Amino acid sequence: MRVLMFGWEFPPFISGGLGTACLGLTKGLAQHGTDILFVLPRLDSDEEGRHLTLMGANRVRASVGLRQIRELRERVSVLEVLSPLRPYLTEKEYQAVVEEHEQLHTEDIIRQLESDFSGGYGENLMAEIVRYSFVGAHVAQTEEFDVIHSHDWMTAPAGIEAKRVSGKPLVVHAHALEFDRSGEHVNQQVYDLERAGFEAADRIIAVSHFTKDTIVKRYSIDSGKISVVHNAVSQERRLGQIRMEKAFHEKLVLFLGRITFQKGPDYFVEAAAKVLKKNPNVRFAMAGSGDMFPRMVERMAELRMADKFHFLGFVRGRDVERIYAMSDLYVMPSVSEPFGITPLEAMVYDVPSIVSKQSGVAEILDDAVKVDFWDVDRLAAEILDLLDNEERRLKLVESGRETLRKVQWELAAEKVLGVYRELAGRMT
Amino acid sequence: MISVCFYFQVHQPVRLDQRYSFFDIGHRHVYRDDAANREILLKVAEKCYLPANRLMLDLIERHKGRFRISYAVSGVVLEQYQEFSPEVLASFRRLADTGCVEFIGETYYHSLAFLFSRDEFRRQVKMHARALEELFGAKPKTFRNTELIYNNDLAHEVEKMGYKVVLAEGADQVLGWRSPNFIYQPAGCTKLKALLKNYRLSDDIAFRFSDRNWSEWPISVERYASWLHSVAGSGEVINLFMDYETIGEHQWKDTGIFEFFDKLPDRILDHGDYAFETPAEAASRLDPMAQIDVPYFTSWADLERDVSAWLGNPMQDQAAELAYALEEKVLATHDDDMIATWREMLTSDHFYYMCTKWFSDGDVHKYFNPYETPHQAFITYMNALNDLGLRIDARNTASD
Repeated sequence: MRVLMFGWEFPPFISGGLGTACLGLTKGLAQHGTDILFVLPRLDSDEEGRHLTLMGANRVRASVGLRQIRELRERVSVLEVLSPLRPYLTEKEYQAVVEEHEQLHTEDIIRQLESDFSGGYGENLMAEIVRYSFVGAHVAQTEEFDVIHSHDWMTAPAGIEAKRVSGKPLVVHAHALEFDRSGEHVNQQVYDLERAGFEAADRIIAVSHFTKDTIVKRYSIDSGKISVVHNAVSQERRLGQIRMEKAFHEKLVLFLGRITFQKGPDYFVEAAAKVLKKNPNVRFAMAGSGDMFPRMVERMAELRMADKFHFLGFVRGRDVERIYAMSDLYVMPSVSEPFGITPLEAMVYDVPSIVSKQSGVAEILDDAVKVDFWDVDRLAAEILDLLDNEERRLKLVESGRETLRKVQWELAAEKVLGVYRELAGRMT
Repeated sequence: MISVCFYFQVHQPVRLDQRYSFFDIGHRHVYRDDAANREILLKVAEKCYLPANRLMLDLIERHKGRFRISYAVSGVVLEQYQEFSPEVLASFRRLADTGCVEFIGETYYHSLAFLFSRDEFRRQVKMHARALEELFGAKPKTFRNTELIYNNDLAHEVEKMGYKVVLAEGADQVLGWRSPNFIYQPAGCTKLKALLKNYRLSDDIAFRFSDRNWSEWPISVERYASWLHSVAGSGEVINLFMDYETIGEHQWKDTGIFEFFDKLPDRILDHGDYAFETPAEAASRLDPMAQIDVPYFTSWADLERDVSAWLGNPMQDQAAELAYALEEKVLATHDDDMIATWREMLTSDHFYYMCTKWFSDGDVHKYFNPYETPHQAFITYMNALNDLGLRIDARNTASD
């Protein structure tokens, strides 16, 4: 089986869980002997890509001649969804980009593709997406493969164009939806692009039933076309099995994620204040950055917790492992979380979690503590109880280990392979 | 006779290491960024303190005792120059030796201690007085609180400590229609006299000197002196208070600030009724014209002329509360290094960096802020303070 895969992120350049999920899934597929040609918008040197063939659209562009571009132009009809897209923008930022690039036309993009072979990665993500779709079509013409698999909406046009020129089946993988990121204030252009991908797909893979339901309800897609494949987690620990020693005696409760509306950082801060009122022997850490960061810092100070509540900023690499390994409890209070990998990561470090019911990961965590994201009182009560009741906490750690045995990329990849086989069989 | 009173503030905080993170808590106990502090202090010395001191010394010698000025030099800046460039201290000592320069007392750590702890305030004031006496051979008679933060209680406290003069901002909310160009008596005081900053004439130099949008730009020495001379008949003392860094650092050399100061004494003395005096000299010569009643805090900062540059947003309030909450515990350690480290954390600049008031004074705040955002300043400060708190607790438990 050979797969042409389109993805926007790949470690070490990650801005959400998407890159991590792509790495894990492709590793799992490779264990089953699947050949993968993974096309990224840009490829530098140190991506972790020994188990697959990585291709950078920036390098493809450099090898495509003018004649080929003209030919492609005849054959490819680029989606006319000329929206400026960036994966994790806020509404306000969207607006600024929209205004800047209102005048984008397909003609300009072609001209840019003709002139820009240096592999420059422009500010304007929309132009990149459209250019990337040209590259997708080009690759689909020149390479051999059985299935096309595109991850999230940034690569949907590439998947659609690749399918059009090759006639091969298309799998669209939904890791996150516009409704997760923006609540009810969706960007119509992003929505249109997501929907175009879902409609063109022969099969959709959703990372959770939570996401599948949203796709059915909000995008009017037939539920029979959607398979659910839960994400897994890489279980490598570079730090080994040690617990990090803390500089303080208090137990540590962790939030780790983008500090944005979607992740519910405000519920974490409010719950922390309620916890500290009842039990001052607790510390809280908030790791990450995002548009709500200043507001969270000020709110924390207003609640007078600065001797017990610490901000870490954006953490990467070894520091991520260190903070997990120092923590006693992990909290993911997301408002809307298609999957949510962090509670699984915490499990790898024997840290039990409280997760919001509005998350896909809750579906596979039978024993984890689940609360509604808005129920701050309940969240605070659960934190207090878990820190107080060591027996209950250890039981959760134990059941976390159990869960990890089942949550493996190799098993998730098996399900994805099943989808591939079905589609490839149908085609022949 | 109308006297012109110059007072220059000399202060540099011990800046914190912005790389100090949560992961350092419990492991690394050095919060100051020595490399950055050294670099900044040497730069300011080169651009301002050394050449400005040379100029002042030259002016004093040229005018044979008729040119007289005063300085408030914080303890933290003295300590840092002791370490980084003793040459700067030596040049201040030469100025002290002329007998034409008064050194003014303040809190050693340039802190907000008066707002949080009277005991700590008195300790820091005494510390500073001792340092001045050791370095410059004279006990201070004049007091100025950090950034001219002032109210009736402060005046009362300072009088009790034996000071003769206190400096304050001639803020509109204090003076109303009255002029800053007289000596006043603080409400509730019987001996202490107050000199109030003439902020228009002071800020013409400190803030507007090189401002091309100012209708008076470029200001000539003659024109500026004529403004001072116009006070004749309606005032007795003109108090020109400013940061010393005005000369060469805030107003760069190429703005002509050095030439301006070089000619200014001559032009002022062109008028026979004018003389230079230090604050203590002016106050001993003149009687108070009236009382000033300042129940609320005033200062020389921002348009508000209150304490909102350092306190008022939740980050500033929380950080200051937590810092001062350590007082009793840190003193109980009897560990001089630890106590000194704690006191360095009390320097007002740390709270200034956390200010979120980016309105009319945003530019000034940005200019002085080494951090990218006030939130970053707060986080760095709290990481350091939390480590210090843990060390203090550990020390006190160990000795129990």
